[in-house]
Amino acid sequence: MTPIAFAPLFGFLIDTPVSIAHYLVVGGILFTAGIACMATKRNALGVLMGIELVLNGANVNFVAFASPYLASEGSRSLGLDGQVVAVFVILLAAAEAAVALAITLNFYNNHATVDVDRADDLKG
Amino acid sequence: MDLAAQLPLLLGLAWLTPLASFVAILFFGPRMGSHGRNAAWVATAAIVTSLVLSLTAFVVWLGGHPVRAVAHGGHAAAAHADANGHDAPEGGHGEADDHGSDHAAAGNPADDSLSAGDHHAVHGESHTPVAYAGDWYTLYESGRLRLSIGYYIDALTVLMFVVVTFIATCIHVYASGYMHDELHDVTDHEVTLADGHHLHRAGRFPRFFQALSLFCFSMLGIVIAGNLAMVFIFWELVGICSWFLIGFYYERKTASTAANKAFIVNRVGDFGMLIGLMALWGALGTLSFSDVTTPGPDGHEQVTPGLFSQFRPAETGHALQVPDGMVVAAAAEEVAVIAADHAAAPADAAGEVAARIPDWRSMGMGRWLLFIAGVGIFCGCVGKSAQFPLSVWLPDAMEGPTPVSALVHSATMVAAGVYLVGRFFPVLSPDVLLVIAYVGGITLFIAATIALVANDIKRVLAYSTVSQLGYMMLALGVGGWVAGLFHLVTHAFFKSLLFLCSGSVIHACHTNDMRKMGGLAKVMPWTAYTMLVGCLAIIGAGVPFVIGLSGYYSKDSILAQALSFANANPAHRILYWAVAGGAFITAFYMFRLWFMTFAGEPRDHHVAEHAHESPNVMVTPLVVLAVLAVVAGWSLPGGLGIANLLEQARPAGTAEGLEGGFVFGQSLVFPAEHESHEGAVHVTATLTAFATALAGVALAALMYLWKVISPAMVTSVFRPVYAFLAGRWYFDELYDLLFVKPVLGIASLASGIDRGLIDKLIDGVAWSARRLAGFDAWIDRTIVDGVVNATAKATWSTGLKLRGLQTGHLRQYVVFIVLGTVALFVLASLAFRSAVGG
Repeated sequence: MTPIAFAPLFGFLIDTPVSIAHYLVVGGILFTAGIACMATKRNALGVLMGIELVLNGANVNFVAFASPYLASEGSRSLGLDGQVVAVFVILLAAAEAAVALAITLNFYNNHATVDVDRADDLKG
Repeated sequence: MDLAAQLPLLLGLAWLTPLASFVAILFFGPRMGSHGRNAAWVATAAIVTSLVLSLTAFVVWLGGHPVRAVAHGGHAAAAHADANGHDAPEGGHGEADDHGSDHAAAGNPADDSLSAGDHHAVHGESHTPVAYAGDWYTLYESGRLRLSIGYYIDALTVLMFVVVTFIATCIHVYASGYMHDELHDVTDHEVTLADGHHLHRAGRFPRFFQALSLFCFSMLGIVIAGNLAMVFIFWELVGICSWFLIGFYYERKTASTAANKAFIVNRVGDFGMLIGLMALWGALGTLSFSDVTTPGPDGHEQVTPGLFSQFRPAETGHALQVPDGMVVAAAAEEVAVIAADHAAAPADAAGEVAARIPDWRSMGMGRWLLFIAGVGIFCGCVGKSAQFPLSVWLPDAMEGPTPVSALVHSATMVAAGVYLVGRFFPVLSPDVLLVIAYVGGITLFIAATIALVANDIKRVLAYSTVSQLGYMMLALGVGGWVAGLFHLVTHAFFKSLLFLCSGSVIHACHTNDMRKMGGLAKVMPWTAYTMLVGCLAIIGAGVPFVIGLSGYYSKDSILAQALSFANANPAHRILYWAVAGGAFITAFYMFRLWFMTFAGEPRDHHVAEHAHESPNVMVTPLVVLAVLAVVAGWSLPGGLGIANLLEQARPAGTAEGLEGGFVFGQSLVFPAEHESHEGAVHVTATLTAFATALAGVALAALMYLWKVISPAMVTSVFRPVYAFLAGRWYFDELYDLLFVKPVLGIASLASGIDRGLIDKLIDGVAWSARRLAGFDAWIDRTIVDGVVNATAKATWSTGLKLRGLQTGHLRQYVVFIVLGTVALFVLASLAFRSAVGG
């Protein structure tokens, strides 16, 4: 899959002013990179980093959709809904990271490694 | 305290003490000393207490009602009761009321203030007996039915208490020696087990005395009973006690059979008694002997007239009449017509019924009911007192231990029947009396003839008892109330003596067979000569017109009354011949027994060598009873004697003669008893008695003492007669053929139907139910369980397969999640597109 192949799909990004679409593409790239990181990294910490990427990709989307240009006529909101949710997600990500790091520590205690392929404790 | 309070207390305690002993031995018997040795002391102490209380009551009675000699030709001189305040003449309550319904005792309002509770003395007129009656406790009360534990105490009751407790005391003492074998383990040589050994069992000493105590309690209950329902209760208790005691050696087939026989034969009689009770209660609404005073609903005392005052109301001078209740019951159709006529005013109907009662009575209505009631009650007495045709149980009852035989044959059980006839005497109509007289006459003759040829010493005495009971029944049946009961008392003494003597002989010889005895007078003189006294007493020995043993007086009075009756009713002269002939036979077999046992040379040296005099504990009662067998008939100067005491209790109205009778197609005349004391009759009777007894003894002496006539020769001459008598008139065989065999046949038929038909049917039902259940189980196991198991199996295998997906590899999971999400998006978008576009 070469970049040329995406040209007809994403080419318009080059010659149009920056819009929400651009933000969404960035969010999508972040998200995809995060998934790829999660699926490929064998180091547990790498997996966690992938998770952070996924979450932040979502955050970019939230903020993008909070654009005032998208607000409907007569909306009563402050116009900050997306940002608020993004803050919540950051918060959750911090909490999740703490738990996940604790899990990783335990993982290391049990298996003397942080290689997720070296354990299959979740096997049914 | 007056007599009305003292006597019930004393006699009630005397009655209940044996019950206490029974309960104590029942629960603690085996723990009373080794093998229950002390149970004898408990039972004896109880009966001695009863005796003391009875004697106290006797003295109290004599103090209150001194016995006076009876003036010939006058009314029975019943002693006048001292004024104890209960001034309610018996007849005062019996005013014309029909159904025996309650009515207020309006006649004596002054009595209500008296404090003596439910006692009320029945006394007053010169010819009514003194009696204290009342209730201790009401068992059950519903409508007209009232069952109570009450008392009816008159001179007869007190006398019977003394006799029963006295003889029972002697027998308790004697039995504590006689039964000593039961104090250790017993080997019963009469019972052979299947393995060829004899039965070896533990001794049953306490059990014997326990039953003995219950026996005394039951007998005293009959004597003190104040109503027929209570009599019936204790009547049955006596029956069950006799069953316990006759079947004491119940491992022996003969003993258990004899016990069952006694019980079943008595049930036959009791069935008649129940009919009598129903006839009485249904027509009269009461079973109480005397009037009963109960607090009525309105606070006034109500007096229900008892049997005696209904049958012999005072206003007719205590003459026997069909009671109003029976007349109304017999005239049910007429009463229904009257009730229909006066449907609007029931009170008028009751009035008219009351007014017509005398008419109906003169038409003879209700007399059949009277007859049935009397014969019914007598049926019970026939069973209990072993009269013809129910006499078969008594000789078999010899299977019990000898003290039991003595008790059963003298003061309890068989005496109960005679006692009840005596107690019930005022209610018996002339026809019933004739039935009683004939039953007694037949019994005395049959039993006496069987006793002639019996060789078992106890069986001779048993048949002699049956015969003597026949005498008593005959005496009562010919109107000799005092004669019959007098003989009951004297017979109790000498028959218990004779039985205890025979027990002593059996104890010494270990055999009942008189043919193996002989010459025992030398080795056991006390037994021999006390038994001689008993024999002399039973044949009525005495110097005519001067003095005699107890039997002399009682037997003479029976003979005199029978003669008096025979003179008045020439058609029934045979009764007199039965009595006179019976006296001869009695004398013969009693002295045959004595000569064979005690006189001459020993026939069996083996037996004679082992014979010995019995221990003192057994001989002492013999001597005491022998003394009483001599003196029981005597009257002290001033008239104190049993006969005069009985005169005190003579039921109201029976001092005069009785006439009537309709059942047997002729009018019967029952001469008054005092007439039998008059010159011609008395002299003839006394001389007849003396001559017959002398002839009997002389014949016995010729055959068995001097051996002038050979018994073997007599036997061979009269062989058919001998066989007939030795076969005991074939009563047992006859009953076996008539009743036992058919009953057994019906029973085996019923059991055949049960096994062949009902069991088969039930088995078939059970079989099909089983098959059905098997089919049901198959459906359950294969179909229902199959479906359930298949579901489970499918779930299980699916789970196993899906399990492979759970690899446990984190990164794989991430890929799955992504792929899954993408797949969902693709599906969703496809679905969206087709929904929008399609």
